[in-house]
Order: sequence, then C-alpha cells, then structure tokens
Amino acid sequence: MKLDRTSFAILAMGAILLIAGPQLPSWMVSMLNVSLCYGTVVLGMMLLMRNGIVSFGHGLYFCLGAYAAGLLDQMLKMPDMLLMVGAAVVVTGVVSAILGLLLAKYRDIFFAMLSLAFSMILYGLLVKTASLGSTDGFNVAAKTVGGFAVAPESQRLMVYSLAVVFATVSAFFLHSYLASHQGRLAGAIKDNELRVEYMGASVMRVVHRNYVISAVLAGIGGALMAVNIGHIDPEMTYWPQSGEFVFVAILSGTGSVFAPLGGALVFEAIRSFAYEYSPNTWQMVLGITMLLVMIFLPGGLWSLFTRKREG
Amino acid sequence: MIAKALGTMLTGIALAAVTAAPALAQQKTSVKVGFVTFLSGPASGPFGVPAKIAAEAIVESLNAGKAPAPYQIKGIGGLPIELVVIDEAGGATKQVSEYRTLVQRQDVDIVIGYIGSGDCLAIAPVAEELKKLTVLLDCGTPRVFEEGSYKYLFRTRPHATMDAVAATMYLLDNRPSVKRIAGINQNYAYGQDSWNDFEATIKVMKPGVDIVTSQMPKFGAGQYGSEISALHSANTDVVHSSLWGGDLEAFMLQAQPRDLFKKSVLVLVAGEPYLHRLPGKIPDGTIVGARGTNGVFAPDSPLKRWLVETYKGKSGGIDPNYPAYSTAQAFLGVKAAWEKAAAKKVGSAVPMGAAKGVKEEMEKAYQPPTQEEVIAAFEKSSFDTPSGKVHMTLGKGHQAVTGTAYGTTRLENGVVKVGNIKYYDADRVNPPEGVSSLDWIRSGFKR
Repeated sequence: MKLDRTSFAILAMGAILLIAGPQLPSWMVSMLNVSLCYGTVVLGMMLLMRNGIVSFGHGLYFCLGAYAAGLLDQMLKMPDMLLMVGAAVVVTGVVSAILGLLLAKYRDIFFAMLSLAFSMILYGLLVKTASLGSTDGFNVAAKTVGGFAVAPESQRLMVYSLAVVFATVSAFFLHSYLASHQGRLAGAIKDNELRVEYMGASVMRVVHRNYVISAVLAGIGGALMAVNIGHIDPEMTYWPQSGEFVFVAILSGTGSVFAPLGGALVFEAIRSFAYEYSPNTWQMVLGITMLLVMIFLPGGLWSLFTRKREG
Repeated sequence: MIAKALGTMLTGIALAAVTAAPALAQQKTSVKVGFVTFLSGPASGPFGVPAKIAAEAIVESLNAGKAPAPYQIKGIGGLPIELVVIDEAGGATKQVSEYRTLVQRQDVDIVIGYIGSGDCLAIAPVAEELKKLTVLLDCGTPRVFEEGSYKYLFRTRPHATMDAVAATMYLLDNRPSVKRIAGINQNYAYGQDSWNDFEATIKVMKPGVDIVTSQMPKFGAGQYGSEISALHSANTDVVHSSLWGGDLEAFMLQAQPRDLFKKSVLVLVAGEPYLHRLPGKIPDGTIVGARGTNGVFAPDSPLKRWLVETYKGKSGGIDPNYPAYSTAQAFLGVKAAWEKAAAKKVGSAVPMGAAKGVKEEMEKAYQPPTQEEVIAAFEKSSFDTPSGKVHMTLGKGHQAVTGTAYGTTRLENGVVKVGNIKYYDADRVNPPEGVSSLDWIRSGFKR
C-alpha cells in the first residue's frame, strides 16, 4: 500500500493527539474525547453522503454499539474496553448487513425515513425494557484494556488514548478505502447509478457495503462514547441524536476524512461554550452556526481549506 | 500565672480574629456554585425554571444575610455565593460533558442540580471520579444510592418511593372500600417506576385488590382518547397517575368532559406544581401530593415564609412549587454542612493553655473548611428547611429522608385548595438503610 500525503497527515494527527493528551488541561481532553467519538460516527455519515445518501437513523448503530459495550459489562461482567469495541463491531456489522439488504434499494427521502424508522424501533424497545433502566439507562464502567487492569487515575487518559487510536485507524482505513477502486464508485453512484451498472459494477452491492462500513463506524463511536461518558440510555437512538450526526456531517463537509473529525470538534466546542455563555439560548447559537455554514459554506467547513489551496 | 496565660491567650484570639479576616479574603472570596436545571424542553416549565428562580432568589437573599435562623450568616460561611446556571437539556451524554466543563474549566466549588433521573445516574460516578461535592436536586429514582455508594455525592430530597407508599396509605385511609385500581403513566423510567411502586404497595396493603388496567401512553403523547376509554370501560375505583406538565394538563382537559372522575377517584402523586393552572379542570376530591412536605403541605415556619416571600419577589407573585422547595433543601443543606464544619474547626482549634502558636492556629481555623471537612459534616446530618427537617440517613448518610403528606383538592372561589391533609413520618414511608425500595415494599414494610 502506497501512503499518500493525507495518510501521513492522519497518522501524524493521531501521534500528536496521543502525545499531547497528558499535557492538555483535563477539560480539553474530555472535549477532544467526545469529539473523536462523534467524529468516528460522522466518518460513516460522510461515506454514505459520498453515495448521495443521508441516513437519519444512524443513532441506531451508535446506540447498538453503546449497548453492546454496556451489556458486556452489565450481563457478562467483562468490562474490557477492547472487547467492548469488538462487541460493538460484531453487533452493528450483523444488524446492518441484514437491514442493509432492504435499505440499499432506497434513495433520498425514502432511505432517510426508513433508516429513521429502524432507529425509532430500537428506541421503543429500549424504553419498554425496564430491566435495562428504560429511559434512565444504566452506567458502564470499563476497567481493563485487552485483559490488563488500568489504574483508576490513568483511566481517563486510557479512554482518551483508545478513542484517538480508533478514530485514527478508522480515518486511515476509510481514506484508503475511498481512494481505492471500490471506494471511488461511491462518487460515481451519486452522479449516475445507471452508468455505474452499465460499466459492470453492482450499485446495490456497493451501497450495501458502504452502509455496513458506516454502521460499524457508528458502532465503534457508540462503544467509545459509552466508555467515555460512563452511562448509556435510549436517547442515543432517539431521532435528535441521529439528526445531530447529520448536522455535524453537513457542518463538516465531505471533502476529506479530516472534515468529520474537525467538524465534530468545532461542533463540540461551539456547543460547550454556548452552554457556558448563553445557557438560555444555546440551541439558537447552534442553529445560527448551521445557517451561516449553509449560506456561506455550502460545502461545509472543509471547503475553507480547499478554497485556499485553489486560490 | 493562670490569669496572665489567659490574658495572653485572649489577646492572641482577638489578634488572630482581626488578622485572619483579611488573610481569608485573599484566599477565597466566594463560593462558586454550578447550578444545573432544565431551562428548555418539557421539564423546564413545571420543574426547571421554578428551580432556577428559587436558586437565584435564595442566593440573593443568603448573600444579603436576610435568611432567618439558623441561616443568618451571609452567603455560605460568610463568603458570598457566585451562581453559574447551565441548561440540563440535551440528555445524559451532554450533561456528563457539561459537568466536566463546570468542574474542570469553570472551576466551581460545588455542583447543585439535575432533575432528570437519567442525568443523576450518569453524573454520580463522574462526581466521584472528579472528587467534587455534588448535590442532586430533584431527581426521584432510588437507584442512585441503592445501586452505588458515593463519597462526594449527596441528595437532599427523598427519593420517589415514599410518594407511592404514602399515596396508598392516604387512599386506603380515606377510601377503605376500593377494589379496582387502574393507572395512567407515561412510558418512561419515572412513569414505570411510579406505577410499579404503587402497584406493589397496594398489593401488600390490601391483598385481593384488582389491578384492572395500566395505561402507558408515550411521553408527550398529548392525545389520550383511547386511554380514557380503556379507563372508563375498566370500571375502576381509582386512577393512579404520575403524569406531569403538558401531558397532565392535556389528560385532564380530555378526561373531565368524559366524566371519567365521576366514578373514579384520581390520585396525582406529583400534582402539586400544577394546581394553580388547573382550576376548573381538576375534579374536587382529587388526591394530590408534592413529593414531600412542600408547597401547600409545608408546615408554617419562619423559613417557609422566607422562601415564599423571596420566591414571589422573583416569580411575579406565583407561589413556589415543590422543585423550589427542593432547591432550598439543597442550598440550605450545603450551607448547614459548611458552617457546621467551619464551627467545628474553630471550636477544636484553640489549644487551651498554650499561648504559643495560638495566632497561627486561629488563622488556620478561620480558613474556609476544606471539601473533605464539609463532606464529613454533611454526612448523616439533619438540617432545617422550608419543608421541615431533613435527615441524611440513607445511602451511608448521603440520601435524605423527610416525611410527606397528601391531601384532597376542592375548588374555592376559583382557586384550587387542598384540604384533609395527612402527614406521614419519614420512618413510615421510607425504606431502612441497606434495603432496596421494592424489596422493602414486598417485605410488607419491615423495619
């Protein structure tokens, strides 16, 4: 595999974040941690958007990943961070492979609504499950990594480092996938599906594969978020959560795998400071940000960088 | 000889008192309290905003030293309170992030807040991790201290189990012949818990009673036509409900014209915050509670009059409801613990008979108490509030119990009044330490 400039940049970003972690103030580490979890989910959203598809139900996989991680702790008493992420990958992979068979046939608003419907089914099921705490959810605590116990004082740093590693690896592989022959079909499908079929590729298969990849990324993000926050509830698959992923994806733009990670950080920072400085109108601050981006940067925040390069 | 030593000591104390004050001012000039409550969303109207108004009114009054005894000292231990308010909306994930921000970026001394039970459960382990004194404000779930054990976390209001237990006692006292019971509760954790507790309690207290139907409309449904039909055809004597906010108002508006309450008595376990909004919509004879001796159930005292007066000054004349009383409990609990810790420091600091080192000792004693000292004073404490005495007896001294009360409504000159009020002692309606609420109910309320 030949490494291009972006691949190097991704690895460098991961290394810098890992080294910087212990030096940064702890609130910034928390913010970065949340952004990385979000960013991983939005990487998957970006992949779908490259196909011209928007999912309004990615909370489904975010939540499934989180509950897979949580149940590993709650029911099987295996509070291992790596196992939790692994469980999330397996569960979201299997579920998306099945649902994808149906969803891959739909486009536009039909895809969006159908994906939303599936996420709300999970919400309904979880709300009715009193043994899992219904809407209150339950706490998740990860105590080991790959079988090794982590000291309580270095737990936060471990959770953060793990998020850095998974986000970096996800971005790295997504980038190489997008640069590959199969990955480039996404853009072609967005432009003209009929032509792609005539050239001999199966649109259905490509969309299905991309859907599964994006679901698994959302699952990884969910498991990381569960470990990071320490608590999960059905809110993770409620429609505003899925909407937030779409929000961040549009805010970021689909130009590069850096866009979702950076966009998630910008979103987290705006939200956090809005909570602090305008507690009564923080939603409005987010809304105005969205409006400004849509009007002045239709390609998302990432277009700021591409413009500069062209100019 | 003794007189001389005593003289030196007294001068020492006086000197220390004079010099300690500026030293204290340099180090700590205020107590920064992060206050988290719903400022948006469905829970903001009935709970979140009243709590915020109460917090602002209480802080202003405490800082001015206007509160009655035993809370006359300005602010908290003489230090003014600085209030930082943030929104609880957005779910547990965001609340955990914002909690970290409050503690790590805004550097608050104490966090008081959280109305949603899910938020309380999520914040608990983080408070412990960040070692920050945190007082849960108004959430009801007993799970917080029954599933976990915490050092830095306190809840100065009782949990929701006593609401169901006292409601059942009140119902059976006043209507001993009830046979058929039904419920309408929102399908989310609080609604489910509320119904499960009530169902378990009434089965223990009156074996053989028929549970005819349990309606669980979704949260925020707004339309209750089919649920009202189901309650009607179930021919029930009692309708139990923990509905609140817009859901409660919509249900009342739709049930009243269909004469549902002609044959069934309505029990609203948390109906108190809406009484001023429901004249004409709430049938006479409805049993209401306020999740403790709050609001109309608060016995008259200087503290109650103080809360009502300061609250009304900020709310435009509306009386404080139970979230406002919960807020008072949280602030006064922290203040009582802080000042108890400060007094203990001063009381044990003066080395009797030793003239040397008195000044240093006193300077140290007049420093504000450390967080650990406040926590030690808070655990298992009792303190006065506008709703009566609060005892921190459950959860290893971190979970409060109080008595509670229920009453019956009647409309008088266009105002909903609550009469036939019965009080229940804390011991009768709260589980003992170490026993989970549901186990306690099922055991037949063994102590």
